[in-house]
Amino acid sequence: MTAPLDVSGSAAEARPESVLAGAGKAIQGRSLTRIAWMRLRRDKVALGGGIVVVLLILVAVFSSPIIAVLGHPPLEFHQDQIDQSTLLPKGVFGGMSGEYLLGVEPVNGRDIFSRIVAGAWVSLLIGFLATLVSVAIGTTLGVIAGYFGGWVDQLIGRLMDVFLAFPLLIFAIALAGVIPDKAFGLEGNGLRIAMLIFIIGFFSWPSIGRIVRGQTLSLREREFVDAAKSLGARHGYILFREVLPNLLAPILVYATLLIPTNILFEAALSFLGVGINPPTPTWGGMLSEAVRFYTLPHFVLFPGLAIFITVLAFNLFGDGLRDAFDPRAH
Amino acid sequence: MVTYIIRRLIGAIAMLIVISMVTFGIFYVVPQWAGATPEALASRYVGRAATPETVHLVAERLGFYDPVVVQYGRFLKGIFVGAEYDYGAGVEQCPAPCFGYSFISGQPVWPDLVDRMPVTFSLALGAALIWVVAGVSVGVISALRRGSLFDRISMGTALAGVSLPIFFTGMISLVVFSYGLGWTPPGGAWTDFTVNPAQWAYNLLLPWITLAFLFAAGYARLTRAGMLETMGEDYIRTARAKGLRENRVVVKHGLRAALTPILTLFGIDFGLLIGGAVLTETTYTLPGLGQYSILAIRNQDLPQVMGVTLVAAGFVVVASLIVDLLYAVVDPRVRLS
Repeated sequence: MTAPLDVSGSAAEARPESVLAGAGKAIQGRSLTRIAWMRLRRDKVALGGGIVVVLLILVAVFSSPIIAVLGHPPLEFHQDQIDQSTLLPKGVFGGMSGEYLLGVEPVNGRDIFSRIVAGAWVSLLIGFLATLVSVAIGTTLGVIAGYFGGWVDQLIGRLMDVFLAFPLLIFAIALAGVIPDKAFGLEGNGLRIAMLIFIIGFFSWPSIGRIVRGQTLSLREREFVDAAKSLGARHGYILFREVLPNLLAPILVYATLLIPTNILFEAALSFLGVGINPPTPTWGGMLSEAVRFYTLPHFVLFPGLAIFITVLAFNLFGDGLRDAFDPRAH
Repeated sequence: MVTYIIRRLIGAIAMLIVISMVTFGIFYVVPQWAGATPEALASRYVGRAATPETVHLVAERLGFYDPVVVQYGRFLKGIFVGAEYDYGAGVEQCPAPCFGYSFISGQPVWPDLVDRMPVTFSLALGAALIWVVAGVSVGVISALRRGSLFDRISMGTALAGVSLPIFFTGMISLVVFSYGLGWTPPGGAWTDFTVNPAQWAYNLLLPWITLAFLFAAGYARLTRAGMLETMGEDYIRTARAKGLRENRVVVKHGLRAALTPILTLFGIDFGLLIGGAVLTETTYTLPGLGQYSILAIRNQDLPQVMGVTLVAAGFVVVASLIVDLLYAVVDPRVRLS
């Protein structure tokens, strides 16, 4: 796939010289970003993923007003919706109705719709900020390793190997499992969210680090870096003004692909009971509560589908973004 | 070739040492954040009824007051030559490899780990077999028929597969196939291979397929991408021009070159999986290493956590060592370097 030419009509294909007919117009240069955007615009699947991602972000950001209009507070009990003899929701399909869009939970009758919407906020917040942490660590170490080479590169390379050989999930579970109730001026789930962001980000940086290192290795040998060096630029200047801007595209692409991984990571930790503490709603936590009520498909299905749709949308968009910036990587 | 193997071996050993240091460091420091003092640790060995003096004495005997480095050295010594534990009441022998005693049950950790290994190993082995065969063949066919209906459907399914969390697919599969249709046994079913191989396979069938589906997706995508790249190379054209049959071109020339990144990924995945398929074992309540680790962590049972983490890391290192050696077989260029 190459950048689309602005040639209108089929006549151009028959008579190549007809391209020159428009030569009176000023020829516009296209930046890499513009070319990528043009490619992305033609990729329907990626755009679909992107639209879902935007919708999800909107839902997460406006979760409170959405819940206020369409649902009930996520922590509110609705015992009147529960059949007290079986502790299961009254009515068909887990109590789905105009008032309770996705039904209610068994036993306490909390509104599932509200809990899914509120869970989107936690999921996306952790997914985004954890990715930010890993991008920060990965980019810094990757650029340093790739740019300076030698023993620095060896050291950071080994560090990445060690991280990749770690049973990360076990480590993350162990760390998340011993988070104290109060530290750094935070407490309760505020602290847990902050710690999860740090833990998840800290364990997923090597993938970004490797890519950044590889890209920096090739950028280092380019002419414009030589030019900057010969003009007497210092390392800091070359790193931040010459190398880093050229890394933005791959970083953006792989950050987009890392977000769904991190969302899955958070869901797994909450599912295992070492993530966010109940009663704060999270998708992983809802699934782990649903284990005991496997006969209620709606209870299992909605949080699972929420995770699936979110992760799929980010993956589709990220894949499209990668193809747009680097068609060869397809 | 010999230097290559020796270099990889030394690398693997160094990696294990680093991992043991980091693991010990983390699990030594983190419980202290959570408020564990030497006395608190020691009281877990002697029970709550003990007087502070007894607790202090035991903490001293077990060396909980020693600096980290000394404690780490003792820990390493226990693994290689065994250890003796002096509780005051009597001396307990812990033969090598000694990972210490559980805080909760008082049982030595290593035999527990050995007990649970067959479960995780069976789970990983069966799933790996299914996902490699399925993933690679789907990837090859998709690449050869790029843009076809098969390609689009299988790549769509693969993308869905990598986006599904295992604890969700696991639960759905249990609800549908075990509780709904009754085709497969419910979660928690486990029979040792030596007792009844047929029952062993039958019990593991559902976890195998669910786990394999998750991984096959990634392998199909990777194989397809690799095949598309290699099949465009000049030597493929040369092979065809020589008059080789298409099957031979695809398998011997195309797939073989595309296999290297797949092998790398497999080494990491398989090692991690043997180290503890935490989510799968939790979902299907299988008594393997993954379930063991989550229980150990919930109980804050430090010796158990240390043991299972090190064993898990050990599997990753050994698996990637084997992969490195397999490289030399698959890719002749490695042998020369």
